[in-house]
Amino acid sequence: MANVNIKINGQDLCVDEGLTVLQAAQQAGIGIPTLCYHADLALDGVCRVCSVEVKGQRALCASCVYPVSEGMEVLTHSPKVRNARKVIVELMLANHPQDCLICARNQNCELQAMARELGVQDVRFTGDRKDIPTDSSSTSVVRDPDKCILCGRCVRTCQDIQSVGALHFSGRGWDTEIVAGLGGDLADAVCVSCGQCINRCPTGALKGNDPSAKIWDAIYDPAKHVIVQTAPAVRASIGEEFGMEPGSRVTRKMVTALRMLGFDKVFDTDFTADLTIMEEGSELIQRVTKGGVLPQITSCSPGWINFIEYYYPELLPHLSSCKSPQQMFGTLTKTYYAEKMGIDPKDIVSVSIMPCVAKKFECDRPEMYSSGYKDVDYVLTTREAAAMMKEAGIDLPSLEDGEYDAPFGITTGAGAIFGNTGGVMEAALRTAYELITGEALDDVNITAVRGTDGIREATIQVGALPVKAAVAHGLATAREVLEGIKSGRYKDYAFIEIMCCPGGCIGGGGQPQPTNEEIRKKRIEGIYAEDGAMELRKSHENPAIKAIYEEFLGEPLSHKSHDLLHTTYTPRSQRTVKSEKPTKVQID
Amino acid sequence: MESCNSNCCVQCDAEVVAIVDKCGRTECNLIPILHQLQRSMGYVSNEAMEKVAAELGISVAQVHGTATFYSLIYTKPHGKNVIRLCDSPPCHLQGSGAIRDAITKAIGIEPGETTSDGNFTFETVSCMGLCGVAPAIMINDDVYGNLTVDAIPSILEKYFACCCKEGC
Repeated sequence: MANVNIKINGQDLCVDEGLTVLQAAQQAGIGIPTLCYHADLALDGVCRVCSVEVKGQRALCASCVYPVSEGMEVLTHSPKVRNARKVIVELMLANHPQDCLICARNQNCELQAMARELGVQDVRFTGDRKDIPTDSSSTSVVRDPDKCILCGRCVRTCQDIQSVGALHFSGRGWDTEIVAGLGGDLADAVCVSCGQCINRCPTGALKGNDPSAKIWDAIYDPAKHVIVQTAPAVRASIGEEFGMEPGSRVTRKMVTALRMLGFDKVFDTDFTADLTIMEEGSELIQRVTKGGVLPQITSCSPGWINFIEYYYPELLPHLSSCKSPQQMFGTLTKTYYAEKMGIDPKDIVSVSIMPCVAKKFECDRPEMYSSGYKDVDYVLTTREAAAMMKEAGIDLPSLEDGEYDAPFGITTGAGAIFGNTGGVMEAALRTAYELITGEALDDVNITAVRGTDGIREATIQVGALPVKAAVAHGLATAREVLEGIKSGRYKDYAFIEIMCCPGGCIGGGGQPQPTNEEIRKKRIEGIYAEDGAMELRKSHENPAIKAIYEEFLGEPLSHKSHDLLHTTYTPRSQRTVKSEKPTKVQID
Repeated sequence: MESCNSNCCVQCDAEVVAIVDKCGRTECNLIPILHQLQRSMGYVSNEAMEKVAAELGISVAQVHGTATFYSLIYTKPHGKNVIRLCDSPPCHLQGSGAIRDAITKAIGIEPGETTSDGNFTFETVSCMGLCGVAPAIMINDDVYGNLTVDAIPSILEKYFACCCKEGC
């Protein structure tokens, strides 16, 4: 690409001609504040906070969308620019509730940080408030439109990354709001509950539906036996909430912290990730040998399940019937574990810590009561779990390591990599290879399915059998794969992994904010490092898995497994409006 | 004017499909589709928006966002006759405030409201490009300019009586 010569704040720069002024400034180490801009999203240029002076232009230009050109002279922090930015932020604050002290995003809010950065210490304008009620109808995402600054990042996220479009602008001028679906409750809209909108919201307008008050009650109720499971992805991200680098592995410190919080047992979802591999792998072998529906698609990502139920119900037979590791865990807690420990399952409160807000929806599904009780009672996101730790005065980084409790604490690296896009595929291949060929894998790192490309396709030689596999993450790419299945593009594929969120669970809607490609890659590295450090790296070698089959389940796909570990899916309609019988009113 | 026979509104979905077929099944025809729907149904219902979204393969939130952006597209039922009063500065200076009061006196509703019999919706709008004959109103597609307070009752009179053949 050709270069152009530009001047930013008097400094001569030679930059790629395709860059925006914002990118060129960033390369030169000059920070320009942004709000509606997000590295994961298409450019919009609506908030104007990134305005700069460009010589020869009458008005200030939004640097996030303004391309560099030969001879351009830019001032990023002139008095005119600084004054304009301040006014823009003051105008936003004039309509903003300014209840920072009691906001979920306090100290992690981009608007708050910007006001501080720009030195806004006084709001000279008196603005109106819309006083729109908070929408907590969804079990996953809570919307507080009063805190919305209309940057549209959630709209672009939902449309462009997830191809769902649950959120959109409505009305115009002062009446503009972000609404869900037809303007009603989020729970009534076609929303897959993934929470990617939360991850990209700059303010407290979007957050998870937090059950921590009920969990505190359970912990302090002596009659309750409160157990907690921790998802694979959480261990490489919860440290960020305590100021650690993305990807920092804090698995054992987290165990200590959860014990300090007062959970009676601390277990690892990796255990049921291993169990998922046994069940899902056996299901795949059965489908291949007995002529079932192929390709088989993974079923552990609940946002993805919602997506296929809404948009491609005709492809539901492709889904593995396996429950997600979270739900397998919940069921076993209130059956196998309760039996083994002699605890009445009604006294068990089963909590999970997930990188995900769709898991909150999943645990409420009517299909998820196979123990006879609600299999998983409450789902905390990574963010909410960290908030509980802080409330209890726990400083995670300074803790000693702890060990997970038996029996659900013995896990493998295969379970850990469930947190990454491609991880379920890799874990399944490690086991399938050895079970089918009877030989040990030379290298357990199956790098062909790793990486962050939207769709990755690979043929893996399993003995004499070439297995074609594909991996997709993010629902817009999932849609491409499903269209490919419909068109026959994937007809000779055996297995497809689909994760709802970019990067897989490590990029989930319950993860620490902010998110971007760099942060997600660091978390992915953290998870692979966790796998590499494990003694056991293949699910079928997990002795606790062998034990649970011997003692309780029998064998993979046994009758008992089917009752407890497998599920069914519900086709959903995108038509949510009950027939209104519209009144015809003629106006001409 | 067509009759307001209630049978013509039962098949909302079929009507949407017919209109989408006529306008073209692509996202860029969304606005003409919404216009046609309004012409045929009187307003764009939630049900119709969902069907439009399904037909065009776009999200219902996007259809709703487009429909609510434009003040001339109605997402709620409105009166049989829509009175639009300009409240931009030229009309204002020529006395649109008094015209507003006269209309309210004649039909008993404020701007933004619909009469209980469903005959009139009264709204204020921004400039309609009729500044030369300010103050001005439009009733449905008819323009009335150089208005005086005294002229209002006689203008409204012909809209009180139903003019469809069934005499509803």
